[in-house]
Amino acid sequence: MNRFSSAFSKPSPALVTFVTAGDGPTDAILDALVAGGADVIELGMPFTDPMADGPAIQSANLRSLGAGTTTADVLRIATDFRARHPEVPLVLMGYANPMVRRGAEWFAAACAQAGVDGVICVDMPPEEDDGLGVALRSAGVAPIRLATPTTDAARLPAVLDGAQGFLYYVSVAGITGLQQASQQSIADAVAALKQATDLPVAVGFGIRTPEQAAAVAEVADGVVVGSAIVEIVGAQGANAPVHVRDYVASLKSAIAASRK
Amino acid sequence: MNAPNSLRTQPDERGHFGDFGGRYVAETLMPLVLDLEREYRAAKADPAFHAEFDDLLEHYVGRPSPLYFAPRLTAELGGAQVWFKRDELNHTGAHKINNCIGQILLAIRMGKKKIIAETGAGQHGVATATVCARFGLPCTIFMGARDIERQQPNVFRMRLLGADVRAVESGARTLKDAMNEALRHWVANVHDTFYIIGTAAGPHPYPELVRDFQSVIGREARAQMLARTGRLPDLLVAAIGGGSNAIGLFHPFLDDSDVKMLGVEAAGYGLDAEHAASLAGGSPGILHGNKTYLLQDEDGQITEGHSISAGLDYPGIGPEHAWLKDIGRVDYTSVTDAEALDAFQLLCRTEGIIPALEPSHAIAAVAKVAPTMDKSAIILANLCGRGDKDIFTVAEALGVEM
Repeated sequence: MNRFSSAFSKPSPALVTFVTAGDGPTDAILDALVAGGADVIELGMPFTDPMADGPAIQSANLRSLGAGTTTADVLRIATDFRARHPEVPLVLMGYANPMVRRGAEWFAAACAQAGVDGVICVDMPPEEDDGLGVALRSAGVAPIRLATPTTDAARLPAVLDGAQGFLYYVSVAGITGLQQASQQSIADAVAALKQATDLPVAVGFGIRTPEQAAAVAEVADGVVVGSAIVEIVGAQGANAPVHVRDYVASLKSAIAASRK
Repeated sequence: MNAPNSLRTQPDERGHFGDFGGRYVAETLMPLVLDLEREYRAAKADPAFHAEFDDLLEHYVGRPSPLYFAPRLTAELGGAQVWFKRDELNHTGAHKINNCIGQILLAIRMGKKKIIAETGAGQHGVATATVCARFGLPCTIFMGARDIERQQPNVFRMRLLGADVRAVESGARTLKDAMNEALRHWVANVHDTFYIIGTAAGPHPYPELVRDFQSVIGREARAQMLARTGRLPDLLVAAIGGGSNAIGLFHPFLDDSDVKMLGVEAAGYGLDAEHAASLAGGSPGILHGNKTYLLQDEDGQITEGHSISAGLDYPGIGPEHAWLKDIGRVDYTSVTDAEALDAFQLLCRTEGIIPALEPSHAIAAVAKVAPTMDKSAIILANLCGRGDKDIFTVAEALGVEM
């Protein structure tokens, strides 16, 4: 059983947490995410032009790059995380250009070597994924696909073709960290996706309170929280880990209680 | 009709020009981008769409633009005859309007109610605001805060035309950041909003449709040159930021194998310093929806372009140029800020035409190459914009207080 299946077969829906690599004390923040109860970790690869992200993650990208973070640093963070946490699934999330800069095969091999389980490439739709997607699958790394409110039934099979790990449902047509979708629209969308795939469906975009997380957990296999964590890192800097841990723990207990 | 081995049949059905182009956008935008492609195919096959486009170009834009032989510049350079395609005489003062007319007709056809665009120097913003006023659609222009400081006259023009000009404070606060912000806005408003991209770049089908709308430049020039001289030019020259005026001039000539072509990038302070020459100083990568040559570091982080011309300081280039470079059909060179400034003044002095700083790069390249060519040879350069907008920049560069 791979790490994703384990993470998504627990009694409660999985808590998926995002943090930008190289923004603040990342190693300690990752440990805090796990300590707070995160089931899956998304590690953001910083990029100069994060065009699908809202202000919080844009700022995190700039802080990280301003601190001199390189691709080698991101891979080093991943490698060390895997050594400390052998069981927790780790996903790299980011944009196509830094991922394919040295070639898709190079990146896929580096991910496998670092113990990365999956990759989310925001601006690599299935139509262009014959390079990166193939390389990742051959290296045993899951290409994780995104579905959105604009992904209609006709298009969904293309999105699911070659998808592995889990399906990330972006619940609003928009950028990260701003508004949240209505509960009903999320429930309907997840139900439709579950009809079409056996992959676990995790829902993200705009989720920041334990109440919101619990509500999404009622209908989804996973709850993704990113911008709210990144904002804590931005506000707390070196002191972020303890605050991140407490915040993640509050999400976790709300999710655990949601289906009781 | 194009021959089977024509160079004019790109891109393929997935929007690829060789290895370049494509549709590298977030999933939220993919359905819209596919929709746009279907709608563009239908429009392309619809004589009524072409008729309305042609009518607006003639009566609103002022086309065809003249083809002009520059006698005193030719004499001064002492070599090949220099001719200009006078796209600076278009309504709004540049070639940008050709594309905006085509795209707003597409937006209306698709039932979109709002228009957004990015702009660097402000020329595309002004052209977009113009067509929005003409068709009564609300218009939001994203412009880097730094460019807003540098281009106040165009900001005022856009506001006069009714546009909401939004200052983009993210990143380096220039064109690439304006494009990021326009994409972010578009993702959140795909249901009712059309994005008028200003150059022959971005996700497929934008590079193709912008090229098609701008190809009026080359089609007119080809017919005008044949009518006036009975022959085709030996060399075409055009400046390149994203590359829309250049591809518009070049594309109708691509299968004329005797016609050489030269694209001129902005070398800024020099290729070994800060510049905006993506082909000369960049490498292939993925940004803003397409694979093309980019200014980037070894980790794929995008670096800032610099040019005295705000219209050229974009760190990428349209994917068809990337392909034309790789197959060797078009030669590409670059010209520094200082050389462009000299060329700007040269054209003012010899022909009584104040060119924009963008085509001043093309003129600088003409000034280098014309003396090496025979006097019977013909160079056709695209004068893609007029320089009224640039006089403050030029004055500052020349140390003149205004």
